Amino acid sequence: MQKLGKQTLKLEYPVTILETASIVGPKEANGPLAKYFDQCLEDEFWGESTWEKAESKIIKETVNIVIGKSKLPQDKLEYCFAGDLLNQCISSSFGLRELNIPFYGIFGACSTFVEGMGLGAVFIESGAAENLLCCTSSHFCSAEKQFRFPLELGNQRPPSSQWTVTGSGSAILSKSGTGPYITHITTGKIVDMGIKDANNMGAAMAPAALDTLISHFKDTGRKPSYYDAIITGDLGYVGKEILIEMAETKGYQIKSNYNDCGVMIFDKATQDTHSGGSGCACIGTVFSGYWYQQLKERKYKKILLMATGALTNSTTAQQGESIPGIAHAVSIEV
Amino acid sequence: MDFWGQIDWMLVLKAFIVGGLICIIGQILIDKTKLTSARILVIFVTSGVILGGLGIYQHLVDFAGAGATVPLTGFGNALAKGAIEEVQKVGFLGAFMGGVKAAAGGIAAAIFFGYLAALISKPKMKKQ
Amino acid sequence: MEPIETKKQYQEYVNQKSPNSPILKNCFNSFWVGGLICAIGQIILEFCKYRNIELSLSNTIVSVILIFISAFLTGLNIFNKIGKFAGAGSLVPITGFANSIVSPAMEYKSEGYVMGVGAKMFTVAGPVLVYGISASILVGIIYLIFNTQAITLV
Repeated sequence: MQKLGKQTLKLEYPVTILETASIVGPKEANGPLAKYFDQCLEDEFWGESTWEKAESKIIKETVNIVIGKSKLPQDKLEYCFAGDLLNQCISSSFGLRELNIPFYGIFGACSTFVEGMGLGAVFIESGAAENLLCCTSSHFCSAEKQFRFPLELGNQRPPSSQWTVTGSGSAILSKSGTGPYITHITTGKIVDMGIKDANNMGAAMAPAALDTLISHFKDTGRKPSYYDAIITGDLGYVGKEILIEMAETKGYQIKSNYNDCGVMIFDKATQDTHSGGSGCACIGTVFSGYWYQQLKERKYKKILLMATGALTNSTTAQQGESIPGIAHAVSIEV
Repeated sequence: MDFWGQIDWMLVLKAFIVGGLICIIGQILIDKTKLTSARILVIFVTSGVILGGLGIYQHLVDFAGAGATVPLTGFGNALAKGAIEEVQKVGFLGAFMGGVKAAAGGIAAAIFFGYLAALISKPKMKKQ
Repeated sequence: MEPIETKKQYQEYVNQKSPNSPILKNCFNSFWVGGLICAIGQIILEFCKYRNIELSLSNTIVSVILIFISAFLTGLNIFNKIGKFAGAGSLVPITGFANSIVSPAMEYKSEGYVMGVGAKMFTVAGPVLVYGISASILVGIIYLIFNTQAITLV
């Protein structure tokens, strides 16, 4: 393992993403990426009595699917890195309490998935583990309940607001395998540009994404054109445009090969999701479903996967604090 | 039916227009200030109390009927009117009794029906 | 575009980048839905008049009926769709007050009937009652002071 610059780690023995799995809710199942997901739910409760239980079940079943697909015996999985948006990460810890694998609960808001992949890759590279699990989840209803308003409240969502993705994404990282490989990890810094509007998360997180993006290019000496695709987690339409324009002012042209999972997962015209998708599961499901398959089929060979998170909660929002953002990136190659 | 012939449709039209205009004020507040709905409701009820206390809101009620009483400003007006009337009747203590007394029906109904709805029904995902 | 360095520049840039609410369309919808709710109220009032019911009681009847309709529609998972369409049109009339009580009561049912339904019912309506009632008490007291002064002055 080699440190490049201040924020980037270059892995000596690239870590393989052995298998991924994703489960999404009904709204995502009506979106343009539906066919890439392992399972689409018909009902947000999924037979459970509360949103929280439903989310726990989603992450649990996603993990079961990924373990099944990998054909690894469960005792070969040495660690699990998981996190979500609900207070104290209860979806992950409740959903995975019967998993019986050493467990690290992590929180990076919507950046959790890539945060977990980065940490997991370092674990494997250092020899601490041979195979491990990264997963994350979010649920529209439980997130609305915790961060915004009751579902039945008759309010209007402003056009800059985003739609929390219901679902879960999960990946197994392995020392041995034939790729796709995680080759570099760029850990983001907390960046706060003073945005206070909780209905404009894309704008709040875009500066963090820009910071990580530039650090990655500086540390590795790469240019945007090195990658077939640069993918952010959930900046949405507003944040995506901001990132493109701000990167341009810093001398990086990313417009041609950049996309955002929040933009990809819903159809803006028919699904009324305003600025696009958000939530931990946004990049979790879109990577596990769509991008992983593209890498496997070698339609894309080098991607920079960057998950963005808004490090806020409902208390700080009520206290009028601004929203700090963070973005973690991993570069993945086949 | 005999009743429909007796409706003063002019009053209904006035209620429609005045009520609609009050809602437009609320809509502009929502779109321009990003206030949450709780704050909008608080602003409306408090302005209703103030305008009612100053005796201004009553003119609007006389003009537009339900167009002025149904919006939350009307709820505020009822609170203020109730407090003043009760003060006239029983003095100082009336200030503490009149408001709630005047609004009792609405508050009790909202609590009771709210509880009933929660007993029977479950939240559902917004399809849109 | 110039590089953005300060928070103030960024805020201005974001304001300009973020889409605005379709305010004309929203105002139009809130006007006619809000107006319609008030017109229904007025028709109920007219009916009370027809039955010779006294005015203050009639107003209470109007409130109770509209609150019932709003609670009913909320329970049927319909009110949020009306609210999404009409915005302030369904929020500002008493229907919005009722919806703000019913919706958290339903949402927090999973946390039990006392601390869930009972307590969370007032997350939005509580402030309305606190400020409405407190202001009315102040109005009563001010009225009292003002009038005694008027009496002593005469």
